Amino acid sequence: MSAEVHTEADTRVAGAAEPTPLTPAERAEAERLSGAYTAHNPVGSGAYATVEDTPLVLGGHEFTSRFILGSGRYDLNLIKATIENAGTQIVTMALRRAQTNENSVLDYIPQGITLLPNTSGARTAEEAVRIARLAREVCQTDFVKVEIKREEKYLLPDNAETIKATEILANEGFVVMPYMFPDPLAAHDLEEAGAAAVMPLGAMIGSNKGVRMRDFIEVIIANAHVPVIVDAGIGRPSQACEAMEIGADAVMAYTAVASAGNIPLMARAFRDAIDAGRAAYLSGLGAVVEGHAVPSSPTTGYLR
Amino acid sequence: MKVNGTSETLNGPLSVAGLVESRGLNPARVAVELNGNIVPRAERATTMLKDSDTVEIVSFVQGG
Repeated sequence: MSAEVHTEADTRVAGAAEPTPLTPAERAEAERLSGAYTAHNPVGSGAYATVEDTPLVLGGHEFTSRFILGSGRYDLNLIKATIENAGTQIVTMALRRAQTNENSVLDYIPQGITLLPNTSGARTAEEAVRIARLAREVCQTDFVKVEIKREEKYLLPDNAETIKATEILANEGFVVMPYMFPDPLAAHDLEEAGAAAVMPLGAMIGSNKGVRMRDFIEVIIANAHVPVIVDAGIGRPSQACEAMEIGADAVMAYTAVASAGNIPLMARAFRDAIDAGRAAYLSGLGAVVEGHAVPSSPTTGYLR
Repeated sequence: MKVNGTSETLNGPLSVAGLVESRGLNPARVAVELNGNIVPRAERATTMLKDSDTVEIVSFVQGG
């Protein structure tokens, strides 16, 4: 009946990751970062962990939201509620031939939102530049999301043409945010061409498959000097969270929100997921351990 | 004259501003391209159209 007290100093598998205490410098950084991030605290003690994030900076403009939202494919009357629930500060739209008596999407977007026209429909750099200039004439914004696609089935961005268009538009003073295939070399070239951010696809547009290109997006993030915004393929909040956890600076979503049953609620879910992923990234994720477990309780003092 | 890909006949003098108005479009919500060049807002009223012109009038729609 007597329990044997197990006192072996260490029964862990050799090589297992051991949590290390923060160095004084790391602790100072953690304290510096605390302050702005607030969330519902069920016990109301006010002792909730907080984090002060730096803004997302695009072409010298600062944003606190890290969620860029497509403007629709749903009822125009839902746009305001969707934007508010998303907490977004940047909304994309497309340029098309004007239809008589058509309601303008611009009339439904709240004041203070930054408009991000895209160049959808462009098949070449030349066409993208033309669309960007027209978009600037409509809404007096310098922001443009360059997207150039030359086939209809996979809707893949043409990186070579995108680099050309980025260089031309950046030289004309545009804040160029190119949608790109996640080739880290192309991301570097886009930066060199003057891009204000790079927007690698997570998966094919509208596929809702998530961050399938993760390995290459991680390489882009590791080497980027401009914000990396995962665009396309993000189908659910957990995938947006994943993109933020690996260090993306922002996420753009459109189909996932537009095709939801309750669109404003899905916008809210994405916002929370993006906030969660960002907080996790800033916190620093634990190391992944392969091939064995790491005990989470003391390995001494067993009652055996 | 071609407007947004469709052939149209000019019946008398018409400015770019007049064309936008005649189509029921909000001038503040469109951009106009005349033979491949943007017509700045300030020049729409004084830019007259010819039968040989190609005009594109564009506006924003919902999109990602």
